[in-house]
Amino acid sequence: MVDKIIGKAYVLGDNIDTDQIIPAEHLVYSTSDPEELKKYGHFALSSVPQDKAGLPQGNTPFIIGDNHLSEYSVIIGGSNFGCGSSREHAPLALQVAGVKVVIAESYARIFFRNSVDGGFLVPFDSIDKLNLVIKTGDTVEVDLTTNSITNKTTGVEYKLKPLGSVYDIVKSGGLFNYARENKLI
Amino acid sequence: MGLTITEKILAKASGKKGLIPGESIWVNVDILMTHDVCGPPTIAIWKKEFADKAKVWDKDKLVIFPDHYIFTSNVHANRNVDLLRQFAKEQNLPNYYDVGTERYKGVCHIALAEEGYNVPGTVLFGTDSHTCTSGAFGMFSTGVGNTDAAYILGTGTIWEKVPESMKFTFNGKMPEYLTAKDLILHILGDITTDGATYRAMEFDGEAISRMNMYERMTLTNMAIEAGGMNGVIAVDDVTREYLRDIGVTEYDEFTSDTDANYISSYSYDVTKMEPTVAKPHSPDNRDTVRNVERTKLTKCYIGSCTGGKITDFQFAAKILYGNKVQVPTFIVPASPSVAKQLEKETFSGRTLKEIFVNAGCIVAESSCAACLGGPSDTVGRSSDGDVVISTTNRNFPGRMGSKQSEVYLASPLTVAASAITGVITDPRKFI
Repeated sequence: MVDKIIGKAYVLGDNIDTDQIIPAEHLVYSTSDPEELKKYGHFALSSVPQDKAGLPQGNTPFIIGDNHLSEYSVIIGGSNFGCGSSREHAPLALQVAGVKVVIAESYARIFFRNSVDGGFLVPFDSIDKLNLVIKTGDTVEVDLTTNSITNKTTGVEYKLKPLGSVYDIVKSGGLFNYARENKLI
Repeated sequence: MGLTITEKILAKASGKKGLIPGESIWVNVDILMTHDVCGPPTIAIWKKEFADKAKVWDKDKLVIFPDHYIFTSNVHANRNVDLLRQFAKEQNLPNYYDVGTERYKGVCHIALAEEGYNVPGTVLFGTDSHTCTSGAFGMFSTGVGNTDAAYILGTGTIWEKVPESMKFTFNGKMPEYLTAKDLILHILGDITTDGATYRAMEFDGEAISRMNMYERMTLTNMAIEAGGMNGVIAVDDVTREYLRDIGVTEYDEFTSDTDANYISSYSYDVTKMEPTVAKPHSPDNRDTVRNVERTKLTKCYIGSCTGGKITDFQFAAKILYGNKVQVPTFIVPASPSVAKQLEKETFSGRTLKEIFVNAGCIVAESSCAACLGGPSDTVGRSSDGDVVISTTNRNFPGRMGSKQSEVYLASPLTVAASAITGVITDPRKFI
């Protein structure tokens, strides 16, 4: 686990469900073929309605053109991030697009588990409604050792909730690494 | 202090005497279910992570139903079914239900019930969020992702956080214009799409006692729409009779203690409730059908694990009998067994299928179909500008296909009544 993540923020609203993160029609691509895997990054967040894509102004594409990598590596969400379908393709798609950390007010259980157990990204809970104070395109620094995020554009620091019981799995980089380190498998 | 059904089942599965909500435990899994969308990536993770030690922990406990994208010309979707087929052959799996054969069983959550995998007191994990459906049988069931499923596939165990329980009591006898779908949409309006996150939703009361198993499954099915980890209903004579008919006779029955702890309790009088819808674009955007009447529609859809069971079609046939639909109306039975029953069961001297065909409905083959959009050739998929009323479970942007479409969720009675008029219509007008 890295200590610090610096990147541009992409800001979203409440209830971003996994169909918005990766629409069901794209779930046909192989997750083990490196070329096909790129499709997941390319279609990441493609079903978020235009006016809610990249708040506060909206109409900001997460992926430009034929790319599979986004210029944004930190997602700032609202409440109930990742609700809906259980598809692990959702955190995978964000990872393929280059997202390292999601900071949301709350998560749906399966998305949170998938992010942690699959080692795709770090899902932090925010204390404040950060999607109202951080703007898409702001440069932010997330410090995983102090559980905080600093908006480099404004200079303001915000505290995040500690990862709690899943910290050890996050630190190991996923459930399988954790299980091997603890001689469970 | 007493324990809830969910706590008792998880205590048994983790070999513990007592549990505290919020604590992380390792549970032994009785059944792992997967399908064509999440099965191939699960298998890939299992192969990679266990490498030469990769062994299915218990072949009898692994159940695979291709059901999502199976009637399509999409080559990548068909490749996924091929991967499942190869895996089943290579591992000699007894519980693989291949499409295109007589073993095909349709939508996984309904097939689990019909094939006797829902056993009270047991623990079932599946790579699908609607795995919570099985909780109608007094068991613990929940959805997980591919990594968790791969871990179960190799070890038969997984970590889980013990959920707090919420209780929903429905008093009174159900009026004939209401279905279980109206009740769960009503709850969603009250507690919203994250009101039950990391929690168990337990249902009881007179209206539940009088419900058949399929209606009960509509309630537990949509626990996930409130963020619920699981939905659960205690075993009673209705459960026992269903299980006896399909040959399941040995199981543990758990009931919640009278002094069990609930984080919150809700009580409803069903005789005072009305036909309910969820408006676009969220299952908790509740309103009465009355308030959105005359909304113009372009499509009607009756199908899925939520709304494609035999009871859903019995409700719809009662309304559609002798009428013609004004907009394209899709009838998608959840399983081949339901499809067969449509040809056998009658209402006023006609089979349900005849009633649908005579009304001008399109009767499709069993699968998940347009509930989750799917490849572009999926039957009933929504297009730009569509306004759909559907018996399915989610209406987030783009869920049924186009993100430029609007979806209303409703009961099969409301969808059928609306199909006849072409605008959203209160089913009481036809009852």
